[in-house]
Amino acid sequence: MEITITLTVDGHRQTAAVDTRVTLLDLLRERLAVTSPKKGCDHGQCGSCTVLLGGRRITTCLALAVQHDGAEITTAAGLGTAGNPHPVQQAFLDHDGFQCGYCTPGQICSAAGMLAEAAAGWPSHVTEDVRTVPELTAAEIRERMSGNLCRCGAYVNIVAAIEQAAGR
Amino acid sequence: MRAFAFERATDAQAAARLVAGHPGAAFLGGGTNLVDHMKLGIAAPQLLVDVTQLPFAAVAERADGGVRIGAAVRNSDLAAHPLIRERYPVLSQALLAGASGQLRNLATTAGNLLQRTRCPYFQDRTTPCNKRSPGSGCSAIPGYSRDMAILGASAHCIATHPSDMAVAMAALDAVVQVQGPGGERSIPITGLHRLPADAPERDTTLAHGELITAVDLPPTAGRSAYRKVRDRASYAFALVSVAAVLDVAGGKVTDVRIALGGVAHKPWRAATAEARLHGGPATAAGFRAAADAELAAAQPASGNAFKVPLVRNTVTAVLRGLAERGGS
Repeated sequence: MEITITLTVDGHRQTAAVDTRVTLLDLLRERLAVTSPKKGCDHGQCGSCTVLLGGRRITTCLALAVQHDGAEITTAAGLGTAGNPHPVQQAFLDHDGFQCGYCTPGQICSAAGMLAEAAAGWPSHVTEDVRTVPELTAAEIRERMSGNLCRCGAYVNIVAAIEQAAGR
Repeated sequence: MRAFAFERATDAQAAARLVAGHPGAAFLGGGTNLVDHMKLGIAAPQLLVDVTQLPFAAVAERADGGVRIGAAVRNSDLAAHPLIRERYPVLSQALLAGASGQLRNLATTAGNLLQRTRCPYFQDRTTPCNKRSPGSGCSAIPGYSRDMAILGASAHCIATHPSDMAVAMAALDAVVQVQGPGGERSIPITGLHRLPADAPERDTTLAHGELITAVDLPPTAGRSAYRKVRDRASYAFALVSVAAVLDVAGGKVTDVRIALGGVAHKPWRAATAEARLHGGPATAAGFRAAADAELAAAQPASGNAFKVPLVRNTVTAVLRGLAERGGS
């Protein structure tokens, strides 16, 4: 069964007839040639397919495209440009927050979404008292980014980059 | 993945009727568990009915001082909601201990309740599993049982329920609101999930087509907390978890509710321990003895006897923390 849906991806409105089985990740990569989100585990465990959906970070590998008709998606490629990078992108460059780079678009989208969550005062698992608004310490950053794996193990620099982007 | 039809529900009862009338139909929430199962080939619905656009996305105070949580509220929004953080910190803590930030932004309240076990044999269609393929046998009993149940299991299934949120809701005496094809009903959350007995393929007492629309939390005055023990510090399922609500007056326990995760086919309300604690002294020795009373019925598998002392120690630590610190 095919259903025609319309998405706005990195500011571009796109319409496509998609099989109900197609995930947002496969639609982006295979049909719309938006290859910034990466396919790692394809089971929601690694975070490399993370994008911002209506400004919120999600894994696209477990999202069926037909469920998200009308959605507004921002990938790492749409967050900034080479000449005008997003603060998170600039921070990853400044702190060498990657090695092979495969997980990086997911890390960057996840960090951007996470910083918005923190700015909204959301607590995390490591927040001592969930009734308070926590300070975004390195421990908070690590917990909040635990859905993004980096097989090169660039975590130390990723945390430093996110601390910079958070303005700490 | 098998081909399937897709519909977006605009009315709860119509959605319930649609699914009830189609044996191959399933409700779709955030999809973080069901879509994975479809990829793994262990679920093959012929029709998915998307219920995320139904008007169940609010967290609202009720006239009795409790809170109604809409079925479509995302786990992240629920964890961050001021009413939940202030009055039911155990629930915020449980939600924040589960999954990752990305998954919590998709996963819904009802979907979290209805997620299925992460037993590796259930998720691997090449192995026998009575839950996935009734009558084929249980691979976990003679196999890898580190993560499995120690309470309420059967000779047919020793899987555990994976939810953190549901454990907190069990301790809070939550009530699940359900829309069926013919009407509505309410189910105390401890009656939603079932023990495996001889039908482990059935996780819950819901009939096919019954749709969870909300979860109601009664007013609570007690201090509450959730503690999860797992093999890594984040983004892992529980070996053991404890949700507790405690009220102490004059050194005596006036109210206590304890639910355990990671130990049974359902969130395990520790009624035996609670009965021993009511009216008794709020001391570490008392907490430990109550946990031991609950665990008298424990029957570990070959690889998870460690869960018995782990539950005892975690229950004791959580109750001590609540009694001594007086906070969450």
